[in-house]
Order: sequence, then C-alpha cells, then structure tokens
Amino acid sequence: MNIHEYQAKEIFRRHGITVPPGEVATTPEAAEEIARDYGVRVVVKAQVLAGGRGKAGGVKLATTPEEARDAAEKILGMEIKGLTVTKVLVTPAEDIAHEAYVGAIVDRSSGAVVLMVSPEGGIDIEEVAAKTPELIYKETVDPRYGLLTHQAQRLGYKLYAGDAARARQAADIIQKLYTSMVDSGASLIEINPLITTQSGEVKAIDAKMNIDDNELFRHKEIAGLRDVESEAKEEVAARAKDLTYIKLDGQVGCCVNGAGLAMATMDLVKYYGGEPANFLDIGGSSSPEKVVTALQIITSDTAVRSILFNIFGGITRCDDVANGIVEATKEIELKVPITIRLTGTNEDEAVKILEEAGFSAMTDMDEAVKTAVELAKN
Amino acid sequence: MSIFADNSTRVVVQGITGRDGSFHTRQMIEYGTQVVAGVTPGKGGQRFDDRVPVFDSVEEAVHEEGASTSVIYVPAAFAAAAVCEAADSGIKLIVCISEGIPVLDMLKAVRYVEDNGARLIGPNCPGMISPGQTKLGIIPGQIVEPGPVGVVSRSGTLTYEVVWKLTSAGFGQSSCVGIGGDPVIGTSFIDCLAAFEQDPQTEAIVLIGEIGGTDEQNAARFIKENLSKPVVGFVAGQTAPPGRRMGHAGAIISGSSGTAEEKIATFRENDVEVAERPVDVPGIIAGALNG
Repeated sequence: MNIHEYQAKEIFRRHGITVPPGEVATTPEAAEEIARDYGVRVVVKAQVLAGGRGKAGGVKLATTPEEARDAAEKILGMEIKGLTVTKVLVTPAEDIAHEAYVGAIVDRSSGAVVLMVSPEGGIDIEEVAAKTPELIYKETVDPRYGLLTHQAQRLGYKLYAGDAARARQAADIIQKLYTSMVDSGASLIEINPLITTQSGEVKAIDAKMNIDDNELFRHKEIAGLRDVESEAKEEVAARAKDLTYIKLDGQVGCCVNGAGLAMATMDLVKYYGGEPANFLDIGGSSSPEKVVTALQIITSDTAVRSILFNIFGGITRCDDVANGIVEATKEIELKVPITIRLTGTNEDEAVKILEEAGFSAMTDMDEAVKTAVELAKN
Repeated sequence: MSIFADNSTRVVVQGITGRDGSFHTRQMIEYGTQVVAGVTPGKGGQRFDDRVPVFDSVEEAVHEEGASTSVIYVPAAFAAAAVCEAADSGIKLIVCISEGIPVLDMLKAVRYVEDNGARLIGPNCPGMISPGQTKLGIIPGQIVEPGPVGVVSRSGTLTYEVVWKLTSAGFGQSSCVGIGGDPVIGTSFIDCLAAFEQDPQTEAIVLIGEIGGTDEQNAARFIKENLSKPVVGFVAGQTAPPGRRMGHAGAIISGSSGTAEEKIATFRENDVEVAERPVDVPGIIAGALNG
C-alpha cells in the first residue's frame, strides 16, 4: 500500500526526522488560507499515489497566497498517471543549498534491507544510478542486528564528506528512517531530496513510503491511512472481496485463478491478436460470491467485448466457479459473449452445472483464448 | 530419484488441525506422503483422523516420530515463527505454504533457517511433489507422473498448467518445486537447478518465471556456467502493465526493470531456449531429450 507524502511525513515527524510543516487542502481557497497563515513563499504539491508528480506539473511554487490559490486550482482535478488529484499539500518553501537522496528498500537478492544514499539528489535518481553508479552508496542491514550505528555514520559521511555537522545530522536521520521502516512495516522509503538549507540544517522535504500489505493487520493506524478516494473504484471493490484487479486498455476481460496463470493468459490473448482488458486474479479457494464480484467488475468496463474465464482447479474448485458464473448471470445481464475454460478439481461437476444453465465449457487454454479473442472482434 | 524429498521422507504438518492444513494433509496422505506427526499448540495428545499423533511443539514431533521435514499451513501472523521453530527443532526441509507473511518477518526467518543448516521452500508457494513418491504441499497429485523432467517455478496454477501439458504429452517429472512468489524466499531457482543437475533421474528442466526482480536473470547466467542438462524457460507477464511505481530504490539496487522482455532476452543471451506459450514447452522438451 502506498501512502501520501503528507502521511509519510507525519510518520517521519513521530520518529524525530526533521521535516518542514505542511497542511493539506482540498480546495483552492483552503490552500490560499494556509499560505496566508504561513506568511512566506509556499510550495503547493499534488498528493497522488504515483511517481513523476513534478514532471506532470503537480508541484508549484507560490510567492503570495493568491498564487497558492491559483496553483491549487490548476493542480486539483489534474490527472497524473490515470489518478485524479483531490488533495494538495501546502508547505513553506525552503532555501535550498544542497539536495541529496536517501532510500531504504527490502532487497530481494540479498534478502535484507538495503539503505542507499547519493549526494546527487533532487533529480532523476535512476539516471544517476545508471550514469554515475559510483555516486550511489549502499549499506546492507543484517536483520539479526538492525542498522548499526557505524553503518549510518558511514552513509552520513559519504553524503557530506568534510562536514561533520551535516554528516552527523544525516546519520541521525538515516538511523531514524530505518527505525520508522521497521516500526511501520514499510518495504520502501525514499527521501528525494534530503536538503541542506542555507543555514546548514538537514531536513526531508519529500517522502515516499510503501507499506507491505501483509503488515497491515498489526498496524491498524497505518491501515487507516488508506485513501480509497485516490484509488481506482474497481480496484477498491476487488480488494474488498480479496480479488486483485488492474484495469488495462484492451477488449478481452480476463478472470483467472492465480497471478502467474493470469499473466500467462493475458500474454496469450495478445499472442492470438487480442488485447487484455484487465488483470484479474480470483485467488485460491474461490467462493461463488468472489466470482459474482469478478463478473460485476469486468462487465462494468464498457470497453470489454468478450469475457474469458481460465480456471485451473487446485485449491480452487471448478464447481465453485461454475456456480458463481451461473449466480452472477442471474443478477447481471451479460451483453457480451463469455468463454469458459475449466480444468482440474471437480471439473466434471462444473461442466454439468454450466451445461444445465446453458453455457458450454472448454478444457484447453489455447482454444479458449483463441475463441475469446475472435468473439471480441465481432 | 528426485530432489529434496522422496518416499522415505518423514513429515510433520504444522497447523494440521486448521482448515487448510487438515484438508491438504488428507490429500498428502492419500498421495502416499509419510505424514508421521502434526503440530497444533494446545492440541497435543490428540490424533488427527484417528491416526496421526498431534503434538504441542515440533521438537516433540521430531523426538517422538523422527520427523525430518515440515509442511507449514499456519496463518500468516504465526508462519514466520513456525518456520523458525521447525529450524530450531532439527527439521532439515521446511516447506511453507502460508501466504501473506510480512516480508520483514521473513528476512529474519530466512537467516535463522540458514544458520540452523536447514532448507526453506517458500513461503507463499504450492510446495513440491516428487511424482510417485511424496507430495509436500498442495500441487494436485493427479496432474503429475514420474519421469525425466524437473520443474521449478515461482507460480502456483501456472505451474499446474505447464506440468499438466507435460504429463499430457507423455513427459513425466522427477520433482516439481514451487519456490513461491514473495520478494524474500528460501530456496531459489539456482538452488533447484543445482539439485536437478545432480539428480540422475532428471534429464531436462523447465523453469517458469514471471516479471519482477532478477532471479530469472541470475538463473540464466548460472545455467550457462554450471548446467549440462537442457533447460527450457518461460516467463509470464509480457503484457503486464508497468504500474504506478512510486519509488526508484528497487531499480537502483538491481539495475533492472524486471520486465518479461529483459528476462527472456537474458535467457536467450545465455543459450536457454524460451517457450513463447505454455503449450510450446512439451515440444521443446521433446527436442531436448531426443537431441
């Protein structure tokens, strides 16, 4: 789960990481009001759960309260990577002398948290990593001991060599960043940029945080930060039923059990000349109700010209899926053709249920995908 | 032969009395797996289905029944602890089926397993099956047959699809291992490839990958340097959306975007043949076995 910059900054504050003040506005008037209260130049920043806000024009500097209102007016309602901006963060502008990068991530290959810093911050850090990898410094954290003091210090001095005051401030922030990561169950945290002000103070003026969904059960206060209004409506509905749904731009609506098979099915749709309309994984032990929700979500996408079910029964029972399809089609009027492929656990019962309800079922994946792609062209 | 487990493997099921645990324990026993004990804290002294003794701890199961391998079905919140308990009790092979385990928990559990000289498969995986010998986990027994093909995969149902196609085409399997789709797992592609290389029954290997991370790329390089047996690769997710990625740290550290294209290209650069569709796998295997 991604959380907003203002939410991540609040977590930083609680852990003693220096961040500038800031308040959230949902209207241009409120943004103007906040800017007036601060009485200084402010930055108005789109709060949206996607990267690349700056490039998309979602971050603007305002020297007067009126300018802050205009900036908020432009940013609110803006679409960034398909998501509509409904909130802006208004925060006093800083006098920046230097910009650095700090990141922490669960690294798959070392099976450890890795902390990374670069004195080249504020810009596209992936470009820095590609062109000047020697300017990225890393420390791997042994999970048995956590981030050791000397590791944080080493990173601090890599950032600000020859400036002990700043290096110590940075080391302190890095140590607290690691603690906040573990305490909040985050799998990724980034500060880009970590700035030094003209007066020599080091602080975080941006914050990205991704929380491991599997941690949410033990962090109720963080689970409560989920901003469903900022997420796609269908994705929220899917999650409520333990389904994973991602909308795409094609015409073949896919409903599959298992993420790997779902991706392989989408790839096959493309292989046979179609375009998948979505990724939808109904997961294991699928109850008929899940299938009903899945069909509701797929049919709500008006671009869908043909629906494809691909089920390989293991834990998932084919008869459950068949019952779900029959149930759902009583509630929802299908305006597009449906192709059903079922094989595995309780396949025979499933075929019988479907045939009695007037559907036919296939057992071969390639045949089913080809059929669904052809039907989408009509 | 097979890798990691065979018909002599003595199994304890952690979470044997739970909904998933009891269902799949029956399936394992039906397949022929030697389930010698179960563990559910608080239910020690009972018998599962009037036959399998249940203990409060893994230590007792090891001591009383000589269990050497564990299959874990406990809920996510307790699963990492169950992995550590198994490793601490002298279990040498731990298969963790549970999904939804916090990744920060797994970082510690994986180290703990290593420090105790055990092997962990998973978590969030279908487990493994050595056809005709033993089944540790949830891979359906009816889709496999004994034979010369080793299968290793990050996925669940996609593995079943490919295995079923192999079986239908007359190619049985030595062992099928689902290593799990989580970011931090125990046994890797490379561990399985090395084991298949050593296994006399295995004559060819199928590796099923998907988008994300660099495990497939590392496996591709390992194959070129270390394997004499033919390997067929498949990568799911060519049409997967790039997503609304928030941070950059992942890309910086791996220097990789983790796309299907990149993985397929790395396989080909390292002379690993790649199947375009699951249905193409048996044909390539046929060529490799006859070639």
